[in-house]
Amino acid sequence: MFGLLLGCFYAAVSLGLSVAFGLLDVPHVAHPALLIVGSYGAYLLGGWGIDPLVAGILLMPVFFLIGMLLYRFYYETFESRGSAAGVNGLAFFFGTAFIIEVLLIVGFGVDQRSVSAAYIGVSLQLGDYRIPYRLIVAAGVALLLTFVLTLFFSRTFIGRAIKAVGQDEGALRLMGADPVKVKQLAFGIATAVNALAGAMLIIVSPVDPTMDRIYIGRAFCVVVLAGMGSMSGTLVAGLILGVAESIVLTMFGASWATAVAFGLLLLMLGIRPHGLFGR
Amino acid sequence: MENILEVKSLGKNFGGFAALSEVNLSIRKGERLGLIGPNGSGKTTLINCISGALQNDQGSIHFQGESIVHLPAHARTRRGIARSFQLPRPFRSMSVLENLMVPLAYVGGVSGAKARNQALEILAEMGLADKAESSSASLSQVELRKMELARAMAAKPQLLISDEAMAGLSGSEVDDVLDILIDLNKSGITIIMIEHIMHAVMRFSERLVCLDAGQIICDGDPQTVVANPQVHRAYLGD
Amino acid sequence: MKYWIVSALALLLAIALALSGANEYIFFAGFVVLQAIVLATAWNILGGYAGYVNFGVPGFVGVGAYTALAMHLLFQAPILVQILAGAVLAGVLGLGVGLLTLRLRGIFFSIATIAVVFILEAIVMNTRFLGGATGLQLTRPALAWGFDSYTRMLFVAMTAMAILAVSVARYIQNSHIGQGLQAVRDSEEAAECSGVPTLKLKLIACAISGAMLGIAGAPLPMYLSYVEPASTFNLHYAVIALAMPIIGGTSHWAGPLIGALILGSLQQIVTVTVSSELNVLVVGVLLVVFVVAAPDGVIGLIKKWKTSSK
Repeated sequence: MFGLLLGCFYAAVSLGLSVAFGLLDVPHVAHPALLIVGSYGAYLLGGWGIDPLVAGILLMPVFFLIGMLLYRFYYETFESRGSAAGVNGLAFFFGTAFIIEVLLIVGFGVDQRSVSAAYIGVSLQLGDYRIPYRLIVAAGVALLLTFVLTLFFSRTFIGRAIKAVGQDEGALRLMGADPVKVKQLAFGIATAVNALAGAMLIIVSPVDPTMDRIYIGRAFCVVVLAGMGSMSGTLVAGLILGVAESIVLTMFGASWATAVAFGLLLLMLGIRPHGLFGR
Repeated sequence: MENILEVKSLGKNFGGFAALSEVNLSIRKGERLGLIGPNGSGKTTLINCISGALQNDQGSIHFQGESIVHLPAHARTRRGIARSFQLPRPFRSMSVLENLMVPLAYVGGVSGAKARNQALEILAEMGLADKAESSSASLSQVELRKMELARAMAAKPQLLISDEAMAGLSGSEVDDVLDILIDLNKSGITIIMIEHIMHAVMRFSERLVCLDAGQIICDGDPQTVVANPQVHRAYLGD
Repeated sequence: MKYWIVSALALLLAIALALSGANEYIFFAGFVVLQAIVLATAWNILGGYAGYVNFGVPGFVGVGAYTALAMHLLFQAPILVQILAGAVLAGVLGLGVGLLTLRLRGIFFSIATIAVVFILEAIVMNTRFLGGATGLQLTRPALAWGFDSYTRMLFVAMTAMAILAVSVARYIQNSHIGQGLQAVRDSEEAAECSGVPTLKLKLIACAISGAMLGIAGAPLPMYLSYVEPASTFNLHYAVIALAMPIIGGTSHWAGPLIGALILGSLQQIVTVTVSSELNVLVVGVLLVVFVVAAPDGVIGLIKKWKTSSK
């Protein structure tokens, strides 16, 4: 049960990456670092008495802009240059993630930070089980996000344009849409989602600056497991990971649990790289 | 005269979409074959399957009597199949000469001064001798196309597949490239040409094959194929 | 020929220095820079020559270190055997990751390398024999060959390994294999169609790169007389192994060397004068700056300056 709720949360964390990497093919290894920035943002706003969930929502427009700018920069510097862009693009995001981590350490120290809210620390009693409210809240928001995004990508024009741009830029151009602007928008959305996910992260557990490393594993694991660009697939994949981690946690202990995401990732790459639901 | 290439019942699927189905094609040694068909008909997929860039799902491919379906692309090149790409793919960090040295080394096993001389010879035939030391990233479109062909030639193929080598070129540039291909064929190389520029195709081909929606709809003498109503419908729609 | 003379002189110099009474700090700083040269050069064989980015350098360093440790614990193996064993296992790891992911796009290889680090760290942390999460203290055998301390002896060993690494990179670059890898990096498809066996070459690069990363880690147990997972599988190794070739220049064997010397010296200066957190930040910032503004590194800048001043 715990695993399922955790899984929902993992799905939410990975949704942004599913868009940025799954749909747009951007090697965005800095995604989890931005997630942690979102968490710290919620922490800062929490210092002014703002509920973390609200903080997450407030941060979304800011992150949206950051995402747009980041993509624009990435595109101008790398994608338009062609060939060796692969190595340099990856190195760029990796370097950026590293810089973010170090700046967070310099700014906030290496200790863990957490927030408080009405629903943190209390649990729901269901028969023999005690389910922490904060997990329910996180899972709930995650489900909502998944639902909204799935609708967005299948019903709205912009959403479908984003899905199309990953597959066939030329066709999109013919339809009168500028692929670069569409991708920029998509990246902005992905980063905005990250803000909310980051707020949820700090609701669920304390945060420290080095957490982006393990979330690289979890987020990429979910995205690869799901198959590139499938929103609902991301939810299912997140659930699988959540359950798998919980099982390993109870059976083998915490030090193995963190390796589960990475192990699952390698397994998927070896057996079925296009994921469970991928195209 | 024996067949240099035998393609039987070739099929290739992408997800649920059949890009090629039941394609049968036999090519005689030394033939000049034109491959035409509307966009999306499967021409590039077909040559990708022949050259090894893609693995076919059904059917067989025999080159000079030997089955090649299990061979990776580089092994097929070593056996004698070379291709040029629709969008030229130069080795950008190398000079034009160095670009040719790669297949000379990896297919022909030739390196050093001997390779340089052979490369210069090929470049001279293409009219690119003066660009030998220039960076391949600095070439013009037509020069890039010629280098693509030169590089394919450096692999000393028996079968050369030219994928829209003339797209986007001016009239005289088209004739330039066409002359090169005709000369190459005269020296014994079988050539499959994919092209949309009809006058070039007509001038070049001994035989024309038309593809539509993954299947061959017409195969034979160029004049006959071009007059075929099915071919017209494929290009112009119903 | 010039190259070999310079290398031989460098090694002799290192030995002479180590046998003299010079300040211990030189050997400590020197070891760090030399190790960086090995890491950067090794990384570049796959990253610079072939275009596949390995983020999992700490994993390979760890394999080297822990294999050496195991050799010591099980067989009391001399240091050369430890290093060799570390190299072999790290090379096998490189080959394994390559086999798993090289048929996919480049980014999947990179992500797989990150995964390798965490999985290996988890394995080590759960293996009592290797010290688990808390690490292992070990007793080093008596010093051989007349050196005063392990720091000095390993300084010489690292010098030899740095020379070996750079020599291998230089050989590959100028060889058949280097030509093929360059083609793969520029356009893998065109390379295949030019007869280059791309998968085979990439796997060779993976194995050699992995093995060399392993030898950078193998001396660590003997050097520190203490091994623990957190510092062995340190992210720091990943960043410097990436930053140094990019700063120096990825297409030439001298690039990682230049990058390591520049960055290594810079790091020592910053750590001593400002702080060690800032030192780490400097590496990250320089990496991003170079990737964006000077992707061909210092060597690229020198080339540009030469051609423009003609």
